[in-house]
Amino acid sequence: MNVTDLSVMALGGATVLYAIAMFAYAIRLARVADEKVAAKAARVVDRDAVAVGAGAPVAAPAAPLAAEVTVASSTPKRSAKAAGIARSTTLMGALLHGVGLLARGIDAGHVPWSNMYEYTISGSFFAVVAFLVIQRRKDIAFLGAGVTGMATIALGLALTVLYKDVDTLPPALQSYWLLIHVSIATIVTGILTVSFIATVLQLMRDSRARGTRWTGDRARFLEAVPTAAKLEALSFRMNAVGFVLWTFTVMAGAIWAEHAWGRYWGWDPKEVWSFVIWVLYAAYLHARTTQGWAGRRSAWLAIAGYVALIMNFTVVNLFFQGLHTYAGS
Amino acid sequence: MARMKLDNYVVPAAPRLGFRGWLRWIWRQVTSMRVALILLLLLALASIPGSVLPQWPQNAANTREFMSRHEFWGPLLDRLGFLDVFGSAWFTAIYVLLFASLVGCIAPRAVHHWRELRRPVAATPRSLKRYDGAGPEATDVPVDDAVEAARTALRPRAGILGAITGYRVRVDRRDDGSVALAAETGHVRELGNLVFHASLVLLLLAVAYGTLFTYRGQAIVVEGRSFTNAVLAYDTYSSGKLFNPANLDPFTLRLDSLDAEFSDTGRPLHFQANVTFTDPGAEPVQTDISVNHPLDADGANVYLQGNGYAPVITVKDAAGEVAFSGPVVFLAKDAVYTSTGVIKVPDVSTGEQMGFKATLYPSFAEGPFAVGSVSPNPDNPVIEMLAYTGDLGLDAGVPQNVYTLDETHLSPVQDADGQPVTLRLALGEAVELPDGLGSVSFDALPRYGAFDLRSDPSLPWLLTAAILTLAGLATSLFASRRKVWIVARAEGGTTVVTGAAHAPAHDAGVGGVLERAMAAAVGRDVVEDAGEREEE
Repeated sequence: MNVTDLSVMALGGATVLYAIAMFAYAIRLARVADEKVAAKAARVVDRDAVAVGAGAPVAAPAAPLAAEVTVASSTPKRSAKAAGIARSTTLMGALLHGVGLLARGIDAGHVPWSNMYEYTISGSFFAVVAFLVIQRRKDIAFLGAGVTGMATIALGLALTVLYKDVDTLPPALQSYWLLIHVSIATIVTGILTVSFIATVLQLMRDSRARGTRWTGDRARFLEAVPTAAKLEALSFRMNAVGFVLWTFTVMAGAIWAEHAWGRYWGWDPKEVWSFVIWVLYAAYLHARTTQGWAGRRSAWLAIAGYVALIMNFTVVNLFFQGLHTYAGS
Repeated sequence: MARMKLDNYVVPAAPRLGFRGWLRWIWRQVTSMRVALILLLLLALASIPGSVLPQWPQNAANTREFMSRHEFWGPLLDRLGFLDVFGSAWFTAIYVLLFASLVGCIAPRAVHHWRELRRPVAATPRSLKRYDGAGPEATDVPVDDAVEAARTALRPRAGILGAITGYRVRVDRRDDGSVALAAETGHVRELGNLVFHASLVLLLLAVAYGTLFTYRGQAIVVEGRSFTNAVLAYDTYSSGKLFNPANLDPFTLRLDSLDAEFSDTGRPLHFQANVTFTDPGAEPVQTDISVNHPLDADGANVYLQGNGYAPVITVKDAAGEVAFSGPVVFLAKDAVYTSTGVIKVPDVSTGEQMGFKATLYPSFAEGPFAVGSVSPNPDNPVIEMLAYTGDLGLDAGVPQNVYTLDETHLSPVQDADGQPVTLRLALGEAVELPDGLGSVSFDALPRYGAFDLRSDPSLPWLLTAAILTLAGLATSLFASRRKVWIVARAEGGTTVVTGAAHAPAHDAGVGGVLERAMAAAVGRDVVEDAGEREEE
């Protein structure tokens, strides 16, 4: 087996593991939601019991507490099992993903982010890594289904549609700035992907809380997700990191453009869209602190920023003519 | 139902705004966050056509083609500025308003922040019970020393740097005999915010400065030939409004050789121009220029932007006199460097002027149906050309494109059957033209390099502004907002120290800061907490 096969097989394995992890995370979410709903129902039932049994006031105050204890212990956390499977398959998937990426880099003889296939496999890797890193410090398992789901789709598309055999770097890319500029851009994509999922959940959770949308039983998994305010705080911190790194990406790109093309900014389609992304996320950061815009509207701006990021990576690479054309090949 | 009545005639008591009032009102609108937000969104929206429609400054040829293809929409979009979005009036208006809003927002905030910094820190609360606390701990250290030690731990550096990076502190001697230290950080956050926005203004000013004082030019130099930095020597030249062409440094650049390496599959691997650079009055220096590695020539950068072949062609006229001899720049049309060029021969001793349309195949191969080049390397260079005679149209005084032949007054040279003659020459060959018109020879095949020269004196300023922008942004988003209090009290023969801290919920690091301050006050080692995981 040569390095090329190793890379493709490892990435294929990672895809399968992520798919399994996605189902496990989804099942976990559903079970946590069930447990929470059951606990809530138990409390309500108890309160009713208290109201009915007002004739026995002495026993009443202890009852709700007892009920909670029984709910917690009688279901030995069916969600925990799913969470365990999800976590271990994600970790294994990330490991294989890393191996596949490394093998691709060794095979090509350069960093594995020089064309669309390579961006996709490294961007999805950084998304999973960002998720795992935050997960170590903070329980964000509720984002797991989204992250592994998107990683599955990205890797699947990469291996089937975008795949390119390894090739030497064209002269335009022979620069240490490829290491700096593109790696940070790819890492930002990873971080903002995780943040995007949190923002989508925030909007759904918010709608459910207001009773406007996602109120049905099919969206019951939203019960297992933190409140919209908490999700907003979470995605803000990721967006803040993403925005700083994106600023750096754009600046590093300008310095590289100055080296390679003799101008630091030329409104090439890629540059236009990088600018649009920057402005949208800047608008998001301002909106968060503006009355009437904080909350749902600022969340929609973050989503617009992410959509622009994905546009820049797909549509601009494939359909727009510009100096960044090697990105599409 | 409360209804706003803005009409001053309806509410006679309401003051009229007046001219200055209106100005103030407009200014307040422009500097409001809501308007800034809308302007940001407009800026994003307005940029998008610049990536979808062809743009004059980026690609004039495509734009011209777009104009001719869309007879109605082309000129309309052009008139409305959509074919030069980033130079259009509306785009300029958006960012000028945005920057006005930015300045109007930031200037008062800077003044406010300056005052805030000079105001003392709020005193330590009487009771610290509301906050996450530490202690009490007993120690032998005297009360004042304990507080001083904590103060040093929280603000290790003196001077302005200490004021910026460390905690702002305040020490109070209270009535009950205790000494209280109040320390807070968070002023850095606003400082970062101000630096970020001010740097954006600096960035814009640097761009404007660069636009006024820049110059750039393109020149094609054939191997073995030289280029002198003067306006006339450029194929194209443009400069900022305030740049004086007399300031061009008259250096010369000789292209000694141009290396072009390709893989077996024809993918470009490496391009490098080996040049001799001569500054007037200095020794010539041999150096090289490659993609991503421009040459620094006295403040101007020289970039290698392209390359190709410039076959040396000699044309003899009917009298056998050399009418033309020299390298002709051919433009590569594809990845295997199939290149086209035009040879104009106006100075014939007898007969009509001659012109040639030529195609170069660096690695010529002839298949059953077509001819072509199989590699960009000059393994078997062959030129095919069509010859024309007549009037080249050069005497009209209208500048001509050197890469196209104006055929209006030219007729193709034909063979006996009346068919246009295609001449085919391998390197080193010469062929006779029909009807004794003369001969053409393909003598050598040097390469050329297409160089871009650019000087932009704003680059150091841009870099400074960019670094400040990034530093300010990171500080404004990541700097912590923390308050730490340490209270030391003498009790019997010992000193009792208590502490407390306050920070936003997500800031887990504040406990460590409190612990360090406590340890410094009490004079013990810091106890490292096992990093506790936050639970949602």
